[in-house]
Amino acid sequence: MSKVREVCRHIRSKNAGPFWVTIDLFFRNEEVYRRYRDTPALGPEVIERLYGTDPGLVKRLPVDALRMVKISFPRAKPQGWMGERDMHAGQHYARLLDVEIG
Amino acid sequence: MTQADRTPGDVTVLVPTGMLGAGLQHEHIRYGIAAGAHVIAADSGSTDSGPSYLARGVSKMNRESIKRDLEILMDEAFKAKIPILIGTCGTSGTDSGVDWTRDIAIEVARNLGITPKIACLYSEQTPSDLVSKNRQGKITPLPPMGPVTDEVLESCEHIVALMGPEPYIAALQAGADIVLGGRTTDTAVLAAVPLLMGAGAGPAWHAAKIAECGGQCTVNPRTGGVLMRVGKDVFEIEPLDLDNQCSPESVSAHMLYESSDPYRLTEPGGVLDVTGADYQRLNPRVTRVTGSRWEPMPYKMKLEGARAGNFQTIMIIGIEDPEVLAHLNEFHDTLQRVLTDRIRTTFGDEAPFFDLSLRFYGWNGTSGRPVPANTPPPRDVGVMLVITAPTQDLADRMAKACNPYFFHMPLRPGIELPSYAFPFTPAEIPRGQVYEFLLNHVVHTKDGLELVRTQWTDLSNASRKVLENV
Repeated sequence: MSKVREVCRHIRSKNAGPFWVTIDLFFRNEEVYRRYRDTPALGPEVIERLYGTDPGLVKRLPVDALRMVKISFPRAKPQGWMGERDMHAGQHYARLLDVEIG
Repeated sequence: MTQADRTPGDVTVLVPTGMLGAGLQHEHIRYGIAAGAHVIAADSGSTDSGPSYLARGVSKMNRESIKRDLEILMDEAFKAKIPILIGTCGTSGTDSGVDWTRDIAIEVARNLGITPKIACLYSEQTPSDLVSKNRQGKITPLPPMGPVTDEVLESCEHIVALMGPEPYIAALQAGADIVLGGRTTDTAVLAAVPLLMGAGAGPAWHAAKIAECGGQCTVNPRTGGVLMRVGKDVFEIEPLDLDNQCSPESVSAHMLYESSDPYRLTEPGGVLDVTGADYQRLNPRVTRVTGSRWEPMPYKMKLEGARAGNFQTIMIIGIEDPEVLAHLNEFHDTLQRVLTDRIRTTFGDEAPFFDLSLRFYGWNGTSGRPVPANTPPPRDVGVMLVITAPTQDLADRMAKACNPYFFHMPLRPGIELPSYAFPFTPAEIPRGQVYEFLLNHVVHTKDGLELVRTQWTDLSNASRKVLENV
């Protein structure tokens, strides 16, 4: 069983406007990219569990040429709300690192 | 690339920076102009840094840094006789942000001894106009929001509509040397001149998307801006710095940046689709892109609105006590309960609303999520207490009421009162207001000009007296 951190060479997260977060997973090579591109281990339920978002609105967009998968979802609360801890969502990727990806 | 390599008819846009005020290098601007730039275009705004700039209508960048960048751009553009377009003036693009930038530009023009014709484009909207649009069904939500209510529109301190390229094109056609725009999509301000001069819409919008953050699409993002050269069905992107490169990877990867969809980008009058785009290295510094498509759609402008809400006061302590560190979850829950009870009993009905949040940095402060079982204790944690209340005075007084408990609560009853490490006196820090983004909606308009007002400042006609009054 591999973890996300073992199959990706780079992972980052960022706000995409005040209401959305986007996470970019760049895979190590073509082989692992093909193997995990569509894995249910990165499905909407996992994103809901980690980020408290509406699973019906999670978007997953693979970019074959860059061997990466983009996962975008609405923030549970808009950027800057009174309980904000991560204005740019720049550390949101960290909780994905140890997800077991199969 | 040499002059001979260029396709006749291409439109060249010098994008000096991803953000006006971030700093420019004079030689980069000279290089771009020598390479045949038809216009200098830059963005001056962002929602990235949060809602406070829109709610307050003030700039994140300071006046001196905007002035320094404008001085370089206006000096070079005037000599080269090319226009300057600046989008989203004053960080959020409110009317006040446009006026603030215009006043700086007038001062710079006076210092340089030049007399440009300046067009200001305003796209701030009044709540009452939007309430009426909403009643006509012309405001629709974007996910994850639902329909907007009149109350929400009326509670915003400022609402801006994101302009497309049309008002910039109209101002240039009317003879503007400098166009200072309110809130504009990052791409529209860069695409305006290629669209005006007959470049293909697909390449114009795609090049603008790639260049919107200046050097972000280059191999070394911190070294200056880029040059975009747009033709009928192709565009090229080149860094302004001779030692930097735009590689197919660095250029295509920029479509991912801060966007929720790497293939389709919605703009006011259509959608850019780059699903079929092909990125090729033209030479070591330049990437050439083909296959970008533009799909015209009925005109829509995105709305951004923000309001000022409650007030916050914070306090900070550090803890190295091994017993507390070994039981941080228990300590957190007890502290949360004790402080909440303390505020309730002290303030009662005086505080119908308050919020108390504890952030344990070094444990789970960044995410606030549960820590996995069997995680070893840290050596040190910083605890930030954030109190939110309807007024600054109440938030401050609540923090003072929490003070003895926050600084001295033992892990369990019966232990001698500890003192945790607090770094400041007075210990409570009034943090100011909480600002919120409220709108993620679009307003449907008949075209790109309906909601935009243009005002002119023609310094060549200005009397000496007006200039002296600036």
